[in-house]
Amino acid sequence: MRHRSRTASAVSALSVLLVGVVVVSAGIGPVHVGPIAVAKVFANAIAVPAGVRMEATALAAPWHAVEWYAPFGYDVDPLYSTIVLQVRLPRIAAGASVGFALAAAGTVMQGLFRNPMADPSIIGVSSGASVGAVAAIVAPVALPFGLGLRASAFVGALVAAVVVYAIATEGGRTPVATLLLAGVAVQTFLGSVTSYLILRSGDSIEEVTYWLMGHLDASRIEEALITGGISFALVVVLYLYAEDLNALLLGETDARSVGVEVEWTKRILLAASSIITGAAVAISGVIGFVGLIVPHALRLIVGPDHRILLPTSALAGASFLVAADTLARSGPAELPVGIVTAAVGAPFFLYLLRKREVSEL
Amino acid sequence: MIDIDGLCVDRSGVRVLADVSLSVADGEFVALVGPNGAGKSTLLGAVGGHLSRAAGSVAVDGDEVGSLSARALARRVATVPQETNFGFDFSVRDVVEMGRHPYRSRFSGDDPDGAAAVERALDRTRTTQFADRSVASLSGGEKQRVLLARALAQSVPTLLLDEPTASLDINHQVRTLDLVAGLEETVVAAIHDLDLAARYCDRVVLLADGSVQAVGTPRAVFTADRLERVFGVDVTVGENPATGTVTVTPTAGVSLGSESD
Repeated sequence: MRHRSRTASAVSALSVLLVGVVVVSAGIGPVHVGPIAVAKVFANAIAVPAGVRMEATALAAPWHAVEWYAPFGYDVDPLYSTIVLQVRLPRIAAGASVGFALAAAGTVMQGLFRNPMADPSIIGVSSGASVGAVAAIVAPVALPFGLGLRASAFVGALVAAVVVYAIATEGGRTPVATLLLAGVAVQTFLGSVTSYLILRSGDSIEEVTYWLMGHLDASRIEEALITGGISFALVVVLYLYAEDLNALLLGETDARSVGVEVEWTKRILLAASSIITGAAVAISGVIGFVGLIVPHALRLIVGPDHRILLPTSALAGASFLVAADTLARSGPAELPVGIVTAAVGAPFFLYLLRKREVSEL
Repeated sequence: MIDIDGLCVDRSGVRVLADVSLSVADGEFVALVGPNGAGKSTLLGAVGGHLSRAAGSVAVDGDEVGSLSARALARRVATVPQETNFGFDFSVRDVVEMGRHPYRSRFSGDDPDGAAAVERALDRTRTTQFADRSVASLSGGEKQRVLLARALAQSVPTLLLDEPTASLDINHQVRTLDLVAGLEETVVAAIHDLDLAARYCDRVVLLADGSVQAVGTPRAVFTADRLERVFGVDVTVGENPATGTVTVTPTAGVSLGSESD
């Protein structure tokens, strides 16, 4: 069980790193807040359920009747509290959730496709989300069931994934090579739909462009927590399939001969990573390179075993995106984070490529 | 124990195995021999549960292969593939441990016999000394032994080997087959080299054009007439003075008319 202790220590180290990055990031901005003050604000915000009030309304809405107890009561400037918790934390939580989600999905896709160029959007998920989001912006009245922009993007992502999967499946088998090509074709088609919608967008073109560039400042903390919760739960599921994913790296026939239910496993992996990616793209738009670069970088450090690679990639992705977004918002002009991840990520990827570190998985 | 009855397999609409029936007893070492395209790998694939079939049944230890889950089948049959893409940085031990996959619980990861089985497999294949090296750094022969070790770690009664000696030098050919012949497991191996098959195997199955031409001891199956007809080449069948087993020497190419693939 060597890998368990390695995984535990790597996960602990990266969790500490993530907390550190979050604390530093929450202090950076037009109003500087020191890390100690940030830590005190976070500590003050911790509340544990302490009891239930016995009220007449308690039965109808029990969650309102829960009494919360805040164990910490540090003396902090209320202005700092507001800035850290109301202004900066929602964006940081969105960055951490989206980075976690994209890096985890990218790791799984690269392993499943045995292809170093695979990323979370390889089966059309991001393109589908783009169509859903742009349609919601351009023609909000046309959406049934009162779908908002985020729900529309999420549904678009899943529809694209299901369509690509259905096209590539024949007789109960889904060859990954077919899946890859079907993904490329569907992405191209959805790209043309998005372009057409942009042409027809009129006054909302700025909003459309902004969404497509990838950003983290538009989500409420609840939305970030939903994405984070979905991603975390599904990464736990994916982790249970980490060994199967290792065996799949040797090829599908080989994996089957050591007892992997290949088609079932592929279905689980594709479904979970598509949902994770959809949940991320729905709140952030399309943020490139996180899901490509972070798994490669972590593979260099911890090796190809998904039992350690998957959790560490996800945590490193969270730290990376929070750091990149901090950079994006602290420059002279605020940038969409997608520009920063691509501008930082592409040269790093080329560096790895020149070192021949990513020529193979 | 393997029981194959009336097996037919189609690939892209072409029948590549036609009405193959074969029984392999516990502990036997059986070689599949025959020209390229005869259906040797396909037959192994059918027993390993990798193929859909057009007709017939394949049973391992009394149960139809198609009715077993991948996990259950992997506890009965292990396959040593001809080659595997090791384009990544797993250690030899990591790869051999993958053989324990069918025994590990998904939730707890527990496999009480796993560590001992892996060490024993490394030891039997003499791969212990490079257990912690990356598989990507190994030679072809060493990789072959690692794949054999993985199959042994699966602790199954039946091993399927696809061309286990194809990429090996004469030293490693003999060492590998010595090891395999000494196993108490049932072994079915596709082997190109007729002399090696004759030297190590209890029985040989001569395949051509997707059907069984002859089954029996090497001495009974390897007759000059039959081999000339199947391989389309003149051969001399004699006895190897060193090993006392049958040796087949191709003398001159004759017609290739019988080769339909």
